[in-house]
Amino acid sequence: MSEFLEYSLLGLLSGGVTALIALAFVLIYKGTGVVNFAVGEFMMLGAYLYYAGAVSFGLAPWLAFLLSLFGIGLLAIVLERAVLRPLSGQPVVAVMMATIGMASIIHGGVEAVWGGDTYSPPTLLPRTPLKMGDILIPGTMLGNFTVASILIGAFLIFFRYSKTGIAMRATASDSVTAATLGIDINFAQRLTWLLSGLVGTVAGVLIASSAGLSPLLAAAALGVFAAIILGGLDSILGAIVASLLIGWIEALGAGYLGGKSRDVLPFVLVLAVLVFKPYGMFGTRTIERL
Amino acid sequence: MRTAVFHETFASEERLWDSATARRWMLAFTLCLFTMPLWGSDYALAMACIVGIHVIATLGLNLTTGNTGLISLCHGAFMGVGCYTVAWLAARGLPFYITLPLAGLVTAFLGLVVGLPSLRVKGVYLAIATLAAHFILTFVFREWESVTGGVPGTKIPRANLFGFEFIGDRRNFYLIFICAFVLALAARNLARTHIGRALVAVRDRDISAEILGVHLLRTKLTAFALGAFYAGVAGGLLGYFYGAITPDYFVLTLSVYYLAAIIVGGLGTVLGSVLGALFMTFVPEALRLLAHASSQWFPGVAGLLLPMGQVVFGVLIIVFLIFEPHGLAAIWQRVRRGFHLWPFKT
Repeated sequence: MSEFLEYSLLGLLSGGVTALIALAFVLIYKGTGVVNFAVGEFMMLGAYLYYAGAVSFGLAPWLAFLLSLFGIGLLAIVLERAVLRPLSGQPVVAVMMATIGMASIIHGGVEAVWGGDTYSPPTLLPRTPLKMGDILIPGTMLGNFTVASILIGAFLIFFRYSKTGIAMRATASDSVTAATLGIDINFAQRLTWLLSGLVGTVAGVLIASSAGLSPLLAAAALGVFAAIILGGLDSILGAIVASLLIGWIEALGAGYLGGKSRDVLPFVLVLAVLVFKPYGMFGTRTIERL
Repeated sequence: MRTAVFHETFASEERLWDSATARRWMLAFTLCLFTMPLWGSDYALAMACIVGIHVIATLGLNLTTGNTGLISLCHGAFMGVGCYTVAWLAARGLPFYITLPLAGLVTAFLGLVVGLPSLRVKGVYLAIATLAAHFILTFVFREWESVTGGVPGTKIPRANLFGFEFIGDRRNFYLIFICAFVLALAARNLARTHIGRALVAVRDRDISAEILGVHLLRTKLTAFALGAFYAGVAGGLLGYFYGAITPDYFVLTLSVYYLAAIIVGGLGTVLGSVLGALFMTFVPEALRLLAHASSQWFPGVAGLLLPMGQVVFGVLIIVFLIFEPHGLAAIWQRVRRGFHLWPFKT
């Protein structure tokens, strides 16, 4: 029983970071109707920039973190302007293929510069573990979960109450109407990419500083598809709930079936959800049977 | 000199090559191609074999993604399925003319299974479903050791036709290019049938297609199964060509590579598949030569080859999507028209 409790707790905690990655996907899907296959690569590049700043240039970790946020933010804006803007109005298929192209470029670039080795960047958060009865929780995990929850909470408040957040939601739900109401939809879309890039960077740095940094980091984002599909592609709340659920299932799977199940379990879940409940738990149900 | 083609009957319009000149060129090309083992160098033949395999796989992906508009990110994994099927069957002594079609059929069946989510979802969701299928399949390649040989890989015995062994590139060339030729003709002919037109109708406007009586689910599943069949045959030929295979070959980059090939070549045309596969085979090759030439100034440049290849594929996808969405096939048609109309229109 205590084994079960331990797996469950660890799973739920790891679900926090999963939720951040899911947020990076959902933001762009909600804002622009595109599934950004390059989220994992944004994460990875952000983490590598953080590593370069903190270790190669010897900056203080928080300064390196800010610099990596800045770098990814800049990249997100440039890519939105150079790649996504010219493709607006094209079929979704074309835009998605462009994001796959972006992913390929960033992945190759990172491997060309840093190689395939595993690095361990310095942690931003304290490493002191927490003891709850006979369950030991690693400190980084707890810290990651806390940061993720604060950030997600901030986003929920931002979208609900701030003027910019409401404008972004309006652009997402109906860009033509939003434009006639005087909302600068180009700005809103640029902001969407920027925010998604920043969230991805935070997730990347958190994962890299607790689990090590290698090009495999990008694959972590692909596993998150399970969470966003289960939650419904366009629901932030769904992404959070589903991330916790998926984290829990994964931890149980890894605990009872062995670590290899982590490679395949999320994807089996994706297929199952797509066949049985394609719009997820909280996703908008579009009524068309095609 | 000809400037245009004047059709008087529907039959003449429906022909594969619209004029006598086009047919003569095609004949000359075919003759050149099939005598290549007699005059080509070893290097040229090895490259030609690889191009042939890529052409088959690209034709398949172009049916699924180009003609029907369903993004498939597990094309590379489908090739793996074909390859392992051939390896398993050939190890039991079956000849290639049985293993190759069977590999295609097994993969097509798997394509049907992966395409099943199209029962409920479309577009974005379908792409994610194929991505999930890719990871599940590659997991199976690594773990199902009794069939796939696991991570160290497996060996494939040579193809053998009544004692004639397909050893070396010169002999494999015929095996590969006869398959490629037949499959390319099949794809070209498919576009003229009601099935091919249904695929395009689903891509262009699925609601209108359904109103016109196209059964959407059946059409989408057909597209998946056809694409997977081509991938399976290509994978099987790959196995016969290399003689040994490891799961490392069928990574996600391979699927992205074929996606780049159809976008660069031209979505939805056979000519585009051929040009795209040709072009995409020479991109890594050109990179390799470039790295080789510059290795005396930049030692260690060889290690950058794989990542630089990824960068180039990505750049090609984006550049072609933005600047030439119809790909090399459209450029080819423009050049051809330029020749036809030369003195009159420049």
